[in-house]
Amino acid sequence: MNYLKKVILLLSAIILTFTLAGCRQERPENAIAERIENQNEPTIRWGVKADTNLFGQYSVAEGEIIGFDIDMAKAITDIMTDGQGTPEFVEVTSKTRIPLLTNGNIDAIIATMTISAERAEEVNFSKVYFNGGQNLLVAEDSPINGIDDLTGDDTVIAIKGSTSAQNFREIKPEVNVVDLENYSEGFVALQAGQGEALTTDNAILLGMVDTNPNFRLAGENFTVEPYGIAIDKSETDFQEKVNSAIEEIVASGLYDEIYTKWFGEFLPNENAGAELVPVNDWVNNNVYSEGGEGIIAGAESINEALKTFRENASQEESGEE
Amino acid sequence: MKNNMLELLQTYWPLVLEGFGITLLSSIIALIASLIIGTLMGILQLVPNKLISSLADIYVEFFRNIPLLVIVMFFYVAVPMMGLNLTGFQAGTIGLTIYTSSFIADNIRAGIQSIPDGQMEAGLSQGFTRSQSMRYIILPQAVRAVTPPLGNQFINLVKNSSILAMVGGFDLMYYADFIAMETFNTFDTYILIALFYLIITIPLTLLVKRLEVYFNVEVDITDA
Repeated sequence: MNYLKKVILLLSAIILTFTLAGCRQERPENAIAERIENQNEPTIRWGVKADTNLFGQYSVAEGEIIGFDIDMAKAITDIMTDGQGTPEFVEVTSKTRIPLLTNGNIDAIIATMTISAERAEEVNFSKVYFNGGQNLLVAEDSPINGIDDLTGDDTVIAIKGSTSAQNFREIKPEVNVVDLENYSEGFVALQAGQGEALTTDNAILLGMVDTNPNFRLAGENFTVEPYGIAIDKSETDFQEKVNSAIEEIVASGLYDEIYTKWFGEFLPNENAGAELVPVNDWVNNNVYSEGGEGIIAGAESINEALKTFRENASQEESGEE
Repeated sequence: MKNNMLELLQTYWPLVLEGFGITLLSSIIALIASLIIGTLMGILQLVPNKLISSLADIYVEFFRNIPLLVIVMFFYVAVPMMGLNLTGFQAGTIGLTIYTSSFIADNIRAGIQSIPDGQMEAGLSQGFTRSQSMRYIILPQAVRAVTPPLGNQFINLVKNSSILAMVGGFDLMYYADFIAMETFNTFDTYILIALFYLIITIPLTLLVKRLEVYFNVEVDITDA
């Protein structure tokens, strides 16, 4: 009898959980924007990564999460609230971030999140704040300076089951690929010379370069995976505020400052902020419109566009002198 | 489900076949090498010379008591850093050999020790030297006692060869992971791959059984 009671209790608990999970609370429209307008010292809750070097990683020494994403979030909060508001950082993972956002536990996600058509159906994205994409990690003295330097004699280390492994096979089918279990194993295998290069997102590779200066990225990204800030669909006013804040950060040169602080050593680029403009155009044409070129095919066009951008920028500079 | 497995095989048979060949090759090399090294270590564990026997003891106890993955990773990552380049296949097969040889050594040692001391004494009393008694009296009896546990080690060895998948050894398990990731049909892929492991292990089991029968033809002297 006791046993039966327990089973019934457990069953009803399970049913209750599922019913509760099923009913999604209707959110009031534009609650966050209203909060920013009406409160004197509003708090903006940002969902951030705490395990991604350079973007969002918990620093034991400083006792807080630090990184590029964090600095961007602080700057955006500052501009949106005229310096009155405080950013609050909530640790998220790739799995938890969208549920936490739609539940209203966090106001926005700034956590190395690629803008994609599938995700854009669930959440809204801000303008691009980082030009992410797949790249190669090679030894400092390696002759490889881009994906085109790889031949059938070379071996590239990839991570089992990752989209980056699939992308690479699609782009360079003639190059040997060895799939290993995870990033740390892949990286020691690269150190041991089991392959000429390691391929995955540049954000992760940059984190590896940061702790191992004997390695570098090889040239341009060969896919386009731009990072955006995710915002709930009901918060369009807040989305506009974030967008104009990003524009202001780029225009004032603060973006270049933050960029140089985190990536200047590995990706020196004085026009990082200005370069977001063509990437944003690319996103509008490819992610939000049907029949776009897609992540892989678009890489060449975006890199061409960025090159022209840089050439023009350097011409302008030399013209001024 | 049967259709799915057949479809997988139809699409990916070149990969499965290549993986099967690698698994078979790695298993055969490791089996022969570990049998030789294991037997040697097992005998060395019992020699009267304290230094040699304790060195053999250390070898056996060390490799028997650490994970196979650690041994294999050592050869895949650490050894190349010291300047000797090893592929995933080589590192995996060497690791597999060392790991299995430590178990075989222990089986051999136990097999020899299971032969009563009287046998050695009898040999010595008939004018055999120690090594002659070992060669003609003890070892033939020990082989009989050791065959069943050795069969287990060989079967374990074939299955353990899936460690090659961890170091890019392109064996059956490596391609299983690859196919599963590409098709998202992990269950059918793994069952299909399991069948290919059975193609190696079942004949091996039967062979060991035959050997047991073969060695047991004579009357068991230990009981006489």
